[in-house]
Amino acid sequence: MLAAARSAFERSENLLDAFFGGTDNPLRHLGALGLYFLWILVASGLYLYIVLDTSIEGVYSSIGWLSREQWYFGGILRSLHRYASDAFVIVMFLHLLREWAYGRYHGFRLYSWVTGVPLIWLVYISGIGGYWIVWDRLAQFSAIATTELFDWLPIFSEPAARNFLAPDSVNDRLFTVLVFIHIGVPLMLILGLWAHVNRISRVDYLPSRRVMLATLGAFLLLAMWKPALSDAPADLALVPTDLRIDWFFLFLHPLTDLTSPAAVWTLIFGATILLFALPFLPHRQAKPIAVVDAPNCNGCSRCHADCPYEAITMAPHPDKRAHKIAIVDADLCAGCGICAGSCPSSTPFRSQQRLVTGIDMPQLPVDLLRRQLEAQLAALQGQTRLVVFGCDQSADVKSLAAADTVAMSLICAGMLPPSFVEYALRSGADGVVIAGCRDGGCEFRLGMEWTRERLARRREPELRALVPLDRVEVVPVASGEAERLVTAVAAFRTRLANEVSAKNKLPAFTRRTQHHG
Amino acid sequence: MAKPVAILGQVVLYGAFAGFIGYFSTAPTYQQIPADVSLVKLSMSHLGGRECRKRTAEELAKLPPNMRAPLECPRGRSDIKLRVELDDKPFYETVMHPTGLSKDGISTVYKRFELKAGTYKLAVKMNDSLVNPGWNHVKEEQVTLKPARVLVIDFNPDKGGLFFQQAKD
Repeated sequence: MLAAARSAFERSENLLDAFFGGTDNPLRHLGALGLYFLWILVASGLYLYIVLDTSIEGVYSSIGWLSREQWYFGGILRSLHRYASDAFVIVMFLHLLREWAYGRYHGFRLYSWVTGVPLIWLVYISGIGGYWIVWDRLAQFSAIATTELFDWLPIFSEPAARNFLAPDSVNDRLFTVLVFIHIGVPLMLILGLWAHVNRISRVDYLPSRRVMLATLGAFLLLAMWKPALSDAPADLALVPTDLRIDWFFLFLHPLTDLTSPAAVWTLIFGATILLFALPFLPHRQAKPIAVVDAPNCNGCSRCHADCPYEAITMAPHPDKRAHKIAIVDADLCAGCGICAGSCPSSTPFRSQQRLVTGIDMPQLPVDLLRRQLEAQLAALQGQTRLVVFGCDQSADVKSLAAADTVAMSLICAGMLPPSFVEYALRSGADGVVIAGCRDGGCEFRLGMEWTRERLARRREPELRALVPLDRVEVVPVASGEAERLVTAVAAFRTRLANEVSAKNKLPAFTRRTQHHG
Repeated sequence: MAKPVAILGQVVLYGAFAGFIGYFSTAPTYQQIPADVSLVKLSMSHLGGRECRKRTAEELAKLPPNMRAPLECPRGRSDIKLRVELDDKPFYETVMHPTGLSKDGISTVYKRFELKAGTYKLAVKMNDSLVNPGWNHVKEEQVTLKPARVLVIDFNPDKGGLFFQQAKD
């Protein structure tokens, strides 16, 4: 099921990439999109709070006034408030499903997953409570249905639904409490979201400007086409009929009518427990984590700056005075190898027989990477010889291996030190391809971004200026897109053969070797 | 993909997203009860009686002079027995237990019944002190239940005990 869900997401994301591109693809930025919708909710909610009168008649008339008399501003803000909240629910569940489908809920992601689960409760508490504040027939229905649902639990000595028994049961105080809850719970939600992203570096707090403008535009058009309006005023002597339910938030009420409070609570608690338990169920073994080699770590902090999960901190070096050393937190390390790619000691040009870098991956150390590259480059033949560095998370590159092509797969494209590109070009390759995840779809969040920045000489360690960029090709491909990769590599090879000047070929380099390590 | 096609695709997809939200934020409409049905809510919150016992002269003599209360009243409250009859037929019957670890809290009931609109003879009988047999609170009335209206059956000593509450036209 997990594989099918992952495949469904990958296909949908790839399809949407065709229209939006990776940076603007909403499916690839669901968390950021949710945060953006939350800010729309906060901004529109502030205005609604200003005009709200918390008396029984006042709540209905003051909100109704917005939609009637001030439809061009307050009415639109009210509609934005509703539609952004509905959109928030959609992206929240999509985000949850996507992270689950990609297996991002255990190991170093356990904290983010577990802190995300209570947020669903907070969203529903504030969302359902928000509907009550209007105090129309829908609010009346939801208030009674919710309290009846809670009354099934043995928590109140007196049934909470008695508070909505008859027209004289409700007083002004209720709405003061509701407003307090409707502001307090979202504040807790914001605090919870801060905790949710706390262990991630360079969080996508907002989606791209285009996505923000487009979604805001869509909401505004929707607000004008179908403004959010109140039903008739609440009357507890009547049973509301023909309720225009917001199914994103209030679906629990019809579900309770259809089944029973016991079934609904079983569903709610069961789903919550399952979500909490999911990371602790058996799953594939965690990847080996990065290992620091103290003599080769000069405390430059590049790995600390590049780690997508804040797994690396800097501490005083035990052996070198006034130097620092990288410390890897085993609980946070994703084992992506991006740190190894960022280490200035990871250059293959070093003369050591055994290349030992400052921070490395036990399962694929840079020394092994250099030895494999050298061995395969030595056997490389053909007119236009290529080295393809792939990524275990995106399309499989191994099928590309041929007499004129070296194909090597890394843990993440971000693991590749740029000096390896130059090394390949100076050791017989005519061109280098780096294949990694699609934009916005990097399994380790920042691998492709850092790779592009390093190659573009905007991020340390930079690709040296003497390396001709027309001999380097970055191909973003999702896993399962081997055909696309083959096509891209073939096109690059043709371009190299036909369009790229032979004059800009780098002079050959032969590594001097030291045998004392 | 060509830019105009991509832009058109984005417009369609954002439009579909907005349309999906716009539709399911208010539709399909939900009808909680059928149009010809009325709702009867039986809801009470009441303290049961205390089952007191008169102390004998010997028992009183054994007590210190300042504690010689003639009645011994346990902390716990009596269960409350309730019966609802519709057109002289039993419709619902329950025993409400006092809340609290010492059984000294209120006894409550909250039930919803859907009934076809029409006229019924509604009787509610309650015994809130089970040491005494029979019903010490009874309310009987001919009621007309109207579609989509709520009739509340409640108990309030200040309102004369059991009472029915229904909105007037």
